[in-house]
Amino acid sequence: MNQDTSGKEFAPWNDASEKPLITFKNVTKKFGEFVAISDLNLDIYAREFFALLGPSGCGKTTLMRMLAGFEAPTSGVIELAGQDIAAIPPNKREVNMMFQSYALFPHLNIWDNIAFGLRREKMPKDQMEARVEEMLRLTKMEKFARRKPHQVSGGQRQRVALARSLAKAPKLLLLDEPLGALDAKLRQDTQFELMDIQESTGTTFVIVTHDQEEAMTVASRVAVMDHGKLVQVDTPDVIYETPNSVYVADFIGDVNIIEGTAEANGDSVALTWTEGQPALIGSANQPIAKGASAAMAIRPEKIAISSEKPTDRTNVLQGKVLDIAYLGNISTYHVQLDNGTVIKAQIANTRRIARRNFTWEDPVWLSWTDTAGIVLAV
Amino acid sequence: MRRFSWFNATSLTIGFAFLYLPMLILVIYSFNESKLVTVWAGFSTKWYGELFRNEAFLDAAYVTLRVAIFSSLLATVLGTMAAYVLVRAGRFPGRTLFSGMIYAPLVMPEVITGLSLLLLFISLGLDRGVLTIVLAHTTFSMCFVSVVVSARLASFDQSLEEAALDLGCTPFEAFRLVTLPVIAPAVISGWLLAFTLSLDDLVIASFTSGPSATTLPIKIWSSIRLGVSPEINALSTILIAIVATGVISASLISKRAAMQRDLDSKT
Ligand SMILES: Nc1ncnc2c1ncn2[C@@H]1O[C@H](COP(=O)(O)OP(=O)(O)OP(=O)(O)O)[C@@H](O)[C@H]1O
Ligand SMILES: [Mg+2]
Repeated sequence: MNQDTSGKEFAPWNDASEKPLITFKNVTKKFGEFVAISDLNLDIYAREFFALLGPSGCGKTTLMRMLAGFEAPTSGVIELAGQDIAAIPPNKREVNMMFQSYALFPHLNIWDNIAFGLRREKMPKDQMEARVEEMLRLTKMEKFARRKPHQVSGGQRQRVALARSLAKAPKLLLLDEPLGALDAKLRQDTQFELMDIQESTGTTFVIVTHDQEEAMTVASRVAVMDHGKLVQVDTPDVIYETPNSVYVADFIGDVNIIEGTAEANGDSVALTWTEGQPALIGSANQPIAKGASAAMAIRPEKIAISSEKPTDRTNVLQGKVLDIAYLGNISTYHVQLDNGTVIKAQIANTRRIARRNFTWEDPVWLSWTDTAGIVLAV
Repeated sequence: MRRFSWFNATSLTIGFAFLYLPMLILVIYSFNESKLVTVWAGFSTKWYGELFRNEAFLDAAYVTLRVAIFSSLLATVLGTMAAYVLVRAGRFPGRTLFSGMIYAPLVMPEVITGLSLLLLFISLGLDRGVLTIVLAHTTFSMCFVSVVVSARLASFDQSLEEAALDLGCTPFEAFRLVTLPVIAPAVISGWLLAFTLSLDDLVIASFTSGPSATTLPIKIWSSIRLGVSPEINALSTILIAIVATGVISASLISKRAAMQRDLDSKT
């Protein structure tokens, strides 16, 4: 995904000579007094697969609607290929949007819904028919082409909406939760289809999703939003491994947050977190003042469980097993420490055996390396 | 299903008798052989034949039909436009006043509407005839159209229009290709309503018609003052049939549209 054809890593955001396709400059959007987008700055580059992540109501759809031209920023400028797009009406923008509500035309059948945009650009008939058939095949909707939208299931409607927005092969495609109603298998297939389309057509995708795994799978970069602001914009692995705030760490994936006070500066920071326990050691990507309140974010899969006290690690905690959640490929152990804190640790189930090493109420040792935990200012 | 009790059956019968007995009598007597309206002398359709040989009635019918067609079309276009603006344009200064004003003719006594139109036409120096009746009927029936259409537009998902724009439609194309087909049932039933309203209006037409153009209701009204004739019964029966067809189709269309909407909203 992050490779372009020359085999070089695809990272235009690191290349100062690269011109962004989309630029948000100090964009603010208010609905009356309510601030939906607040002084937002963002560059999105051509051929990116850009994922927007954030809690409900944080402004993801609003951001997309401004790109599509249905909302105008209250202040600030949005540029597409270096050109301010404020004056360009939606029908003149080389942007297509898949609506969160699908917005299928109820009076047209599925075939005509998909053909709608192609008819508007006066595409020759045979070419248009081929294109519609291709879209139907892609979304596995061939059998339903003659049905009206109300005659197909919710997931099928979602696929039609996706097909309709893909049909015109625009420069920029905005997908507002495109796969939410699909089952896991179909969703995964469609994700790979989207990545294929992206690679073969070079279309730029901006996609909203509530599914972080999806964002991790498809995205070149992920933006985590909160209350109309961007909290972090980075590649999926950076977001996951080195979140810049407790908010991001907590939002993306499973994490244990241990609060305390920062002890030392530098690359590795010690965190005192409770009476009578040694400080925890973690890495910090931003300098933290000594004595400042801080939190360590540690992913459950980075924590090892053992029955003996490990001797080669500094981050060692004792507790007893409170709960075990079996998730198929992994099991999550909830371990309660002496002071009451509950820490989650994950172990991969590599062997297919019923016997567990640990069971409820077992005393266990948790440990992790000095670089596994990230210490963040709070 | 609960059993139909005697009480229910009786109240239904009485209710319907009140509503439809007068009309039923009129319809029955239109097939009366005798010239005396109150004496039954056997079945005949001769008054219908007489009716179609009566030049004055035929002229009036022609005027009425022309007025109904033109005024209902005009009212449908204007009423739909007004509804679209009221539902869509969002907030603009005086919006509440404007939307209140468009519905005012609904509750205005017809005599007042008729009188004010008459004064307007006189001050404009317009000769009273088909044109003035058309204008008058358009005026009062467009608010009915607007009520029917704006009820439909209020539940219309605006993102459909946005999707049309997004796929390359101009705003007018979006209206023509998406909005209009979706709200078409409401527009058609509004048109039927306007048509029947125009067909059976007496008060406003009598203010705005002139010697050159008389509508059927006026003709009926004036000939009744000379005594009820079986011809009038025949004519009224035909009118009842036309109006009933109009009203029933309008309600069937809106019912079907509502069912369709239920299906769509399961999206
Ligand atoms: N037309 C509007 N008028 C007033 N407020 C609005 C309007 N559109 C959106 N908002 C508000 O702006 C905020 C952001 O809305 P938006 O639709 O962008 O959220 P979202 O991030 O897409 O949420 P979700 O994940 O639930 O779709 C919300 O609090 C919403 O109530
Ligand atoms: Mg949304």
